[in-house]
Amino acid sequence: MSLSFDRIKEKLNILADAAKYDVSCSSSGSVRKNNSKGLGDSSGMGICHSYTEDGRCVSLLKILLTNHCIFDCAYCVTRKSNDVQRAAFKIQEVVDLTINFYRRNYIEGLFLSSGIFKSPDYTMERLVAVAKKLRLEENFNGYIHLKSIPGASDELMREAGLYADRLSVNIEIPTISGLKLLAPDKKHEDFTKPMLKVKNEIIQYKSEKKIIKSTPKYAPAGQSTQMIVGATGESDKDIMYSATHYYKNYNMKRVYYSGYVPVAEDNRLPAIGTQVPMLRENRLYQTDWLLRFYGFGVQELLNNDHPNLDMDVDPKLGWALRNMQYFPVDINKADKSVLARVPGLGMKSVHKIINARKFRNLNWEHLQKIGVALNRAKYFIICDSNKWDHSDMEGTKVKGLILQNSVGKFRKEYSNQLQLFS
Amino acid sequence: MNATKTLIYDGSFNGFLTAIFVAFDEKSQIADIQKNSASQNGLFSEPETIFTQMDKAKRVWNGIHKKSHNAIKDIYFAFLSENKGIELVLYRYICKLFAANTSIASDYSDDIVLKTSQLARSVGREKHRMEAFVRFQLTKDEIYFANIEPDFDVLPLISKHFRSRYADQQWLIYDIKRKYGIFYDLNQVEVVSLDLDEIHTNSLNKSAHFGDEEYNYQDLWNNYFKSTNIKSRINLKLHKQHVPKRYWKYLSEKKVV
Repeated sequence: MSLSFDRIKEKLNILADAAKYDVSCSSSGSVRKNNSKGLGDSSGMGICHSYTEDGRCVSLLKILLTNHCIFDCAYCVTRKSNDVQRAAFKIQEVVDLTINFYRRNYIEGLFLSSGIFKSPDYTMERLVAVAKKLRLEENFNGYIHLKSIPGASDELMREAGLYADRLSVNIEIPTISGLKLLAPDKKHEDFTKPMLKVKNEIIQYKSEKKIIKSTPKYAPAGQSTQMIVGATGESDKDIMYSATHYYKNYNMKRVYYSGYVPVAEDNRLPAIGTQVPMLRENRLYQTDWLLRFYGFGVQELLNNDHPNLDMDVDPKLGWALRNMQYFPVDINKADKSVLARVPGLGMKSVHKIINARKFRNLNWEHLQKIGVALNRAKYFIICDSNKWDHSDMEGTKVKGLILQNSVGKFRKEYSNQLQLFS
Repeated sequence: MNATKTLIYDGSFNGFLTAIFVAFDEKSQIADIQKNSASQNGLFSEPETIFTQMDKAKRVWNGIHKKSHNAIKDIYFAFLSENKGIELVLYRYICKLFAANTSIASDYSDDIVLKTSQLARSVGREKHRMEAFVRFQLTKDEIYFANIEPDFDVLPLISKHFRSRYADQQWLIYDIKRKYGIFYDLNQVEVVSLDLDEIHTNSLNKSAHFGDEEYNYQDLWNNYFKSTNIKSRINLKLHKQHVPKRYWKYLSEKKVV
């Protein structure tokens, strides 16, 4: 290691820099017990070992195997026509880095992606070789996320799932027309074919495991994908309907949304220096959360009358303000699913309310102590207290009152954006 | 009427549970339960020194555990917060628990229960942070070594996590604040106390205890941390919220290179 340390350092800088636009950093959802006195143990809950200065979790060593690429996708920093330094790791180098970082408790595991050199299969084979070496030679039980290479063969996809905890292909552009525009060399099927393969293998291995206990695990943390937001002119509705499609038809564990960071001078794309749409990205994640954990249907939040999310209020509050007829809700009587739709109540608060109200009826003071965000919730609930003077209030009035009294983290940014268009 | 009592115990959790046993057994009026290192005489209460007895402690533990699994966890975690006066809060909690027919662990509109569960949560949060922010440095004796300085006494809570994760390497995590550590020798985890001649932070000065390779990996990690940041999305406020400044001196990625 010491001989080539400087070279490794250089490669790591180049290949970590190129991999950072992939937003997935999940290291949870896979149980891999360390029963053989090996290295690493995945208990199902991931750990963020650090956070970058932009505030994102650092849980995995996230690198490209190489940033050489035969493709020229306009949105990608690694595209063929981009004039950047190129590098490639040897298989053993990635293994050594992963093991040594893991031993020092820097990471939960490896996230390995790659530019495509020579051919999709040639590249995929190398990714699989890294994972295989970690599992079989190093007795490593940490988390491994492999990026599937669009166009890789079914046989390689099958093998990848035997060693990786998660597999993912990034759909990148949420609409087919957008993809055609920005990645003319790639076909929509190149992305969906490996996804379908993984989905089917997961189903098959799971059902075999029910009968034959020794059946190995196949991608136990499932698969995920990522979409770039704001590179083409798609609406929030386009994005979330597309996400819902992938959740439903490909059993995705997660869909990630990545605000487009301008990395290329290209007249098909927002100019370099354009602000990353972070607020929009945040709203999409909130919406995704409402769909997965709060029982909302996508058409309730986004539809032809309402194709884009509100920028000034979060999507749950926005929905509630458009549907005041469902409120107020009685905190001491309402079902869990009804409570989950109240602005200001997260699932943790809902859970606490349901537990605490078994002992006595809850009033404003109790709710405050439990940690409910009353500044928003108070307009939508009644509890064991007479103080209730918001009946029959219009949504617009409630919105005004809430905004007046809130210091949201995006408030400043939002007003900047307003100035842009005013 | 009995005089009120202040029970003095040795500061250990089992000592505390023994004190609880004594309080119930003697049906005393309890004015306070205090660590022997920090005890103060109350004007109107009689001090009684409690000697830790495992069988008594175990009976209390089992009694609480039988009542509620959540309660025993909250009590243990809240105890490790070392919060001033925590013993009396937990004593009241346990009285309530034994008086009630159902588990009160989720009665969040009760002040004692709420306080206990909030403290337990803070300790739980720091336990999780320590699992994240421990940074091992490989010594020349092949031991992965880490200093920590947590607000709460979380070493007992993280031992299992590190044992199952790092089963094939020797490691030592040392709490500078409480002057004890846990050491895994490839077979079991032991509690150790030792005199450290230097405190190993992320400083640029190289210590003779570690080899070049160790510093190379720290360097690589430090570099990785910088390369993976997206400058156009910088958000230092969020960064500091996730990685509180008090931990920085032990994080190799925060070393100024």
